Amino acid sequence: MKEIPVELITSTVENLCIKACTVLGDDWWEATNKALAQEESPLARDLIKLLQENARLAVETNEAICQDTGVAVVFLELGQDVRITGGSLYAAINEGVRRGYTKGYLRKSVVGDPLIRKNTGDNTPAIIHTEIVDGENLKITVAPKGVGSENMSGIKMLKPADGEEGIIKYVVDMVEAAGANPCPPVVIGVGIGGNLEQAGLIAKKALLRPLGQRHPLPHAAALEEKILERVNATGIGPQGLGGRITALDVHVELYPTHIGGLPVAVNFQCHAARHAEAIL
Amino acid sequence: MIKITTPLTAEVIKDLKAGDQVLINGVIYTGRDAAHRRLVETYKAGKELPVDLKDQIIYYVGPCPAKPGKVIGAAGPTTSGRMDAYTPLIIEKMGLRGMIGKGGRTPEVIEAMKEHTAVYFLAVGGAGALLAQRIKKAEIIAYEDLGPEAIYRLEVEDFPVVVGIDCYGNNLYQVGQAKYRKLA
Repeated sequence: MKEIPVELITSTVENLCIKACTVLGDDWWEATNKALAQEESPLARDLIKLLQENARLAVETNEAICQDTGVAVVFLELGQDVRITGGSLYAAINEGVRRGYTKGYLRKSVVGDPLIRKNTGDNTPAIIHTEIVDGENLKITVAPKGVGSENMSGIKMLKPADGEEGIIKYVVDMVEAAGANPCPPVVIGVGIGGNLEQAGLIAKKALLRPLGQRHPLPHAAALEEKILERVNATGIGPQGLGGRITALDVHVELYPTHIGGLPVAVNFQCHAARHAEAIL
Repeated sequence: MIKITTPLTAEVIKDLKAGDQVLINGVIYTGRDAAHRRLVETYKAGKELPVDLKDQIIYYVGPCPAKPGKVIGAAGPTTSGRMDAYTPLIIEKMGLRGMIGKGGRTPEVIEAMKEHTAVYFLAVGGAGALLAQRIKKAEIIAYEDLGPEAIYRLEVEDFPVVVGIDCYGNNLYQVGQAKYRKLA
């Protein structure tokens, strides 16, 4: 049994919020360099270079990559042999978000009630997903999610008969409907199977996988390649101004489902594929 | 590269064509979802507006807060489509000449732009740190209670945009995407 004090959780979340909003991972740099090599449109290449320049500048000046520093989506993998001490786990996480977004001068983008729409002023509450796992570690992932890409996302309950072709068509239709709005070149999380909420959750989790890394199952990896090829044949391109690279990558996640169902969720991530992790 | 200075006139706008790269200088105003709603509600209620938008540009942005010693935090464009429901009235009745954002617009917005000679500029979505450097002064002039959605008066220097939709209805998205489309 490992004890983890809530103060440590709060300070970790605080740091992860700031880091995720200002520093993009090595996988992002590799993916955008690859995109530069593949892109045929001169304007699109200039735009990708500009995004790289922006990312460099964000690190240099400790400024947010994008002003939409999003809703803080926090994924917890909580070992069943961990004991949280000194307070409430979720309160500790929200306190970390509050401190991170305040001390980091990040934008507060959360309204407390979706109908009344008054800003909470500190970007809380976070959206927290907890998974109980074996062991005595707590893994915390903070993925700030902007609304430009989230708004273009969706879910459809396909029929088993729709099959792979139906899935590909749905994703490509979503990409075409989204156009420039989700800030392409995007990353596309595709959750297939489960049920309504499970498909959405695995689509979001798919966005956390490093860019360029394929699904371990060969048939899922092949589907990722197929969807990516079709998406990049739309011509939408970086910022929607035309080009080859509409998506930097497509990540598929699968989950067992009902004999009569084929749920498919599409979660768009803008080019600022932000997330930061820590293991306590 | 074309340099323009606000306020804009119809003559300046008539010379701008979709795809032109433009550097904006002078004063522009920020406004996004909640500010648009309030402006339109205020107008419809017959009350005085907190800002005169005649011949001005609205930048669809909700910036990050400024760090000590800085003018403003990251300040890239947000999705323009969410403002479409309000935009025709703001163009027609408040005399707005220009908008800066990202993404497509509805036919109603484009019709209003054609009829009243207005222009839609695109800034690079997600380049918030970089675009912030072209903003030299920022002050909140209305709706401070809306936090990042307050209306700011910004002074910009060589703020880089491209003409997305011109006052003749030409649309850079359509032209650009068609060129690279491989799907049937």
